[in-house]
Amino acid sequence: MSKVEAFRQHHFEDVEQQHEASWLGMWVFLATEVMFFGGMFACYFVYRHWYLQAFASASNHLDVLLGGINTAVLICSSFTMALAVHSAETARRKPLIAFLLLTIVLGLLFLGIKFYEYHTKFEEHLVPGSSFRFEASLARPAEIFFSFYFAMTGMHAVHMIIGIGLLTALIFKARRGRFSAAYHTPVELTGLYWHFVDIVWIFLFPLLYLVGRHL
Amino acid sequence: MNLSEIERREHYLNVNYGIRSWLFTTDHKRIAWLYLLSVTLFFFIGGLFATLMRIELMTPQGDLVQAETYNKLFTMHGVTMIFFFLVPSIPAVLGNFLVPMMIGARDLAFPRLNLASWYIFIIGGAFTLMAAAAGGVDTGWTFYTPYSSIYSNTHVVLTVVGVFITGFSSILTGLNFIVTIHKMRAPGMTWFRLPLFIWAHYATSIIFVLGTPVIAITLLLVGLERIFRLGIFDPALGGDPVLFQHLFWFYSHPAVYIMVLPAMGVVSELIACFSRKRIFGYSVVAFASLGIAVIGFLVWGHHMFVSGQSVHAGMVFSFLSMVVAIPSAIKVFNWTATLYKGSISYDAPMLYALGFIGLFTIGGLTGLFLATLGINVHVHDTYFVVAHFHYIMVGGAVMGYLGGIHFWWPKMTGRTYPEIWARLAALIIFIGFNLTFFPQFVLGYLGMPRRYHVYPPEFQVLNVMSTAGASILAVGYLLPLLYLVWSLRYGAVAGANPWRARGLEWQTPSPPPTENFERTPIVTEGAYAYEKDPEEIYSLGKPAHV
Amino acid sequence: MDLGFPLFPEQASTMASRVDALFFFLVAVSVFFVALIFLAIFVFAVKYRRRAEDERPEPIEGKLWLEVAWSVIPFGLTMVMFVWGAIIFFDIYNPPDDALEISIVGRQWMWKAQHPTGQSEINELHVPLGQPVKLMMTSEDVIHDFYLPAFRVKQDVLPGRYTSVWFEATKAGVYQLFCAEYCGTQHSGMIGRVVALEPAQFEKWLSGGATGVSMIDQGASLFKRFGCETCHRAGGTNQGPSLAGLFGKTVKLQGGNTVTADENYIRESILDPRAKIVAGYQPIMPTFKGLVSEEGLLQLIAYIKSLNTAERKTS
Repeated sequence: MSKVEAFRQHHFEDVEQQHEASWLGMWVFLATEVMFFGGMFACYFVYRHWYLQAFASASNHLDVLLGGINTAVLICSSFTMALAVHSAETARRKPLIAFLLLTIVLGLLFLGIKFYEYHTKFEEHLVPGSSFRFEASLARPAEIFFSFYFAMTGMHAVHMIIGIGLLTALIFKARRGRFSAAYHTPVELTGLYWHFVDIVWIFLFPLLYLVGRHL
Repeated sequence: MNLSEIERREHYLNVNYGIRSWLFTTDHKRIAWLYLLSVTLFFFIGGLFATLMRIELMTPQGDLVQAETYNKLFTMHGVTMIFFFLVPSIPAVLGNFLVPMMIGARDLAFPRLNLASWYIFIIGGAFTLMAAAAGGVDTGWTFYTPYSSIYSNTHVVLTVVGVFITGFSSILTGLNFIVTIHKMRAPGMTWFRLPLFIWAHYATSIIFVLGTPVIAITLLLVGLERIFRLGIFDPALGGDPVLFQHLFWFYSHPAVYIMVLPAMGVVSELIACFSRKRIFGYSVVAFASLGIAVIGFLVWGHHMFVSGQSVHAGMVFSFLSMVVAIPSAIKVFNWTATLYKGSISYDAPMLYALGFIGLFTIGGLTGLFLATLGINVHVHDTYFVVAHFHYIMVGGAVMGYLGGIHFWWPKMTGRTYPEIWARLAALIIFIGFNLTFFPQFVLGYLGMPRRYHVYPPEFQVLNVMSTAGASILAVGYLLPLLYLVWSLRYGAVAGANPWRARGLEWQTPSPPPTENFERTPIVTEGAYAYEKDPEEIYSLGKPAHV
Repeated sequence: MDLGFPLFPEQASTMASRVDALFFFLVAVSVFFVALIFLAIFVFAVKYRRRAEDERPEPIEGKLWLEVAWSVIPFGLTMVMFVWGAIIFFDIYNPPDDALEISIVGRQWMWKAQHPTGQSEINELHVPLGQPVKLMMTSEDVIHDFYLPAFRVKQDVLPGRYTSVWFEATKAGVYQLFCAEYCGTQHSGMIGRVVALEPAQFEKWLSGGATGVSMIDQGASLFKRFGCETCHRAGGTNQGPSLAGLFGKTVKLQGGNTVTADENYIRESILDPRAKIVAGYQPIMPTFKGLVSEEGLLQLIAYIKSLNTAERKTS
């Protein structure tokens, strides 16, 4: 049995069918993620339309510099992920592992900055709930803004953590020599997932951090 | 074929014994059984809640249970029946078993994901049962805010967590079906040769993957609001409770098509087999399934005509709701036309299929009453709505499910069930069902609101009729439980194709081998080629590559 | 035939017979199609029952003209239903201008009504015959629904907003009022009566009971008590716009948007003054959230509405 055949699961006719099925499966999964985040985005847009002034004021309390750095970090991590996929395609194991590791590091950096931001929000009494404090006349919609801020970035962070978990698993598999030029589907699919999570952030950043800001 | 021959031949049931071989299986057929047992359990739990409700409603006063208990009963009845029976039943039981077989594949595209779906289903169910055991939830299965997010003192978070988790089971099943149908059809099995059961499950899967994530995020937001007092739906904090309704119904309307499309798929198979004819208008019926799935995403506002939505929005949703009725009507006409000049037998599955057509017609037509704006104002949130959706869900979906279970029972078990008892049960169910739910149309137009624990005395006679019907219906449902279990041991042994049907699933032994087909079939004809012999339809290709 | 229990609700409003006519049309269409399908199934199942085990019926693929026919005809029928229903719906949502306005506040688990004359009722509503009545409704807690089966009207009652429903009673009598949106433990106890009286009797009832101060007068005294006059005087001040003639007008807001000054706008402006600031004014109005009740808000709105007539009188 060829090396390629070794990876074919019993219910598929050939490796090509398995590969196509895996790809389609990941794209369908990403479609579900679009709907999942889409629900929150839809609610966010409704409230932003109603309470633009409060949302702008609340948004100005977010740290654009940190958010911007995080955006750059994620874009870099997508680049290193793409390099990892390329390494897998060209069967270069050491670069593959290195780029996966780099992607994880960038992901952890993102999360670190994010949690630092959460911490400062907590200190500034901007976490929704009984300790929330904001300018009186805008307080109610501002609290809604921060509810969305935490819910949306929190959900995004959960997806990042899952992604980092997947990348870690990939490193272990790569070290055991599981991937080759002919078979590296898990790396490709994880790449797709990672890029998607990146794109969600690309939408979140302007929608949350740049409301009503002028350059 | 006798018993000892069956026992000697290896098939998916006897290839392995022991609980581990079942709990760690990746065989879609075994996973179908895991689901069958689970959904049956949930069906009877939900039925128990309904029984208590109907007993209480025999008298106008609240003399059986307290108001809060009653509110928990109808909530738990709805949550259990919808999320843990109606949504999974046909797709996860019959779909899991049959989709690979009907297209000539050896399993679904992602067998391990399939098993994970079942575990997710069980974990979600466990959370919900825990909520029930801990005292229940009383928000109604619709969880309207701000009652659910702030005012209710019951186990809302536990319940929404359970439903949230179970949603992923649906999503993954839908994902699995879509990929399988696209990528794993046997040679010669083109799209327009697929059985309508497959088309129906494909359409359902589209709704699974696009709709379910929205209810997930909606319930998550309600949970977060409850725990952290986030003001997303709380008017006191500037939120909008009607926004919740939009989000909720955006999934929950397509959800009803999740519940009925698979049953329609079953009915197509049954009508074709027991008329021994191709389904009249095959491609129209296939496209109608897709049409229902797509348009079904555009009508959610018809649950909200009096909720404070604008008049213009109401008009748009009413118009679209009329449009979505047409593909369903087309299917009913096509099934009926299939009977014309057919060769019709009255086996139990056919009785269920014919019952489906009749009761779904009534249910669907009463949907038009609800879609009609001027009438909706009067009957919204009354027993008219309750009657309408039970005609579709019980008269439709449950009968489709039972018809399918009976039809494919010989394939799944290698045994036949006792036909006389099955026909008797179908008849009892039909009678009991109509007696239970038809009076509720009258009650609704009279003005009896739904979710009422006590009611004015002039509504009592109709309520008593409804409860009497429910007791008959209960008998009807218990019978299959008894004789199907009985048949596992004492039923006559079934051959590969006891119904002389034409689907690929019937061209392999009963019960099938683990790999479904010893040789990969090569398809040369469309579905339901009853005018030909089975041998003319499929040839057998190379041995199934294991 | 007197069964001892009703099978059909009374018609007690101008809308009832219209809704019932449409209902009977749908019943007729439904009966026709149910009969058609049941009959076809029955006849086919008997006429074409299997007579020999090896029967091979002739395969029939389908007929396009049939598919078109049984798509187009049902669609046409549903369009009739849609248009007819939409017309009734539009009328249900467009009260006549001369409607008598009554305020309704719902809360777990009771209904409070207040007439313009100040008369209050709990779980009961007296209305005159032959006079359109418009209910302006809000909830103090969760979503409720005001449902009058005999009048064929219902409307969700929301917290944080006003919704309205109108009807014109045509038959004297006592009719059921139900809450029709699940609202918690005593949802099925949140019921009441609507008493429709001949106009003369209604006037007698209105003046007979404990005379309240009219809603407008109550609103006026709240307006004074909360110091609204300080900024909202006739002719306007630097601090706030004049409210005379405001109700129903289109207001220009900061940022360029416009809004119609209806009940919801006024309520929001009192509770959330920064939400919609009038163009040309500073955001200095304080919030009165927590200081004024739902009934108080309705009284203030009644007063502000009355400033339209007062203005017309003075100008």
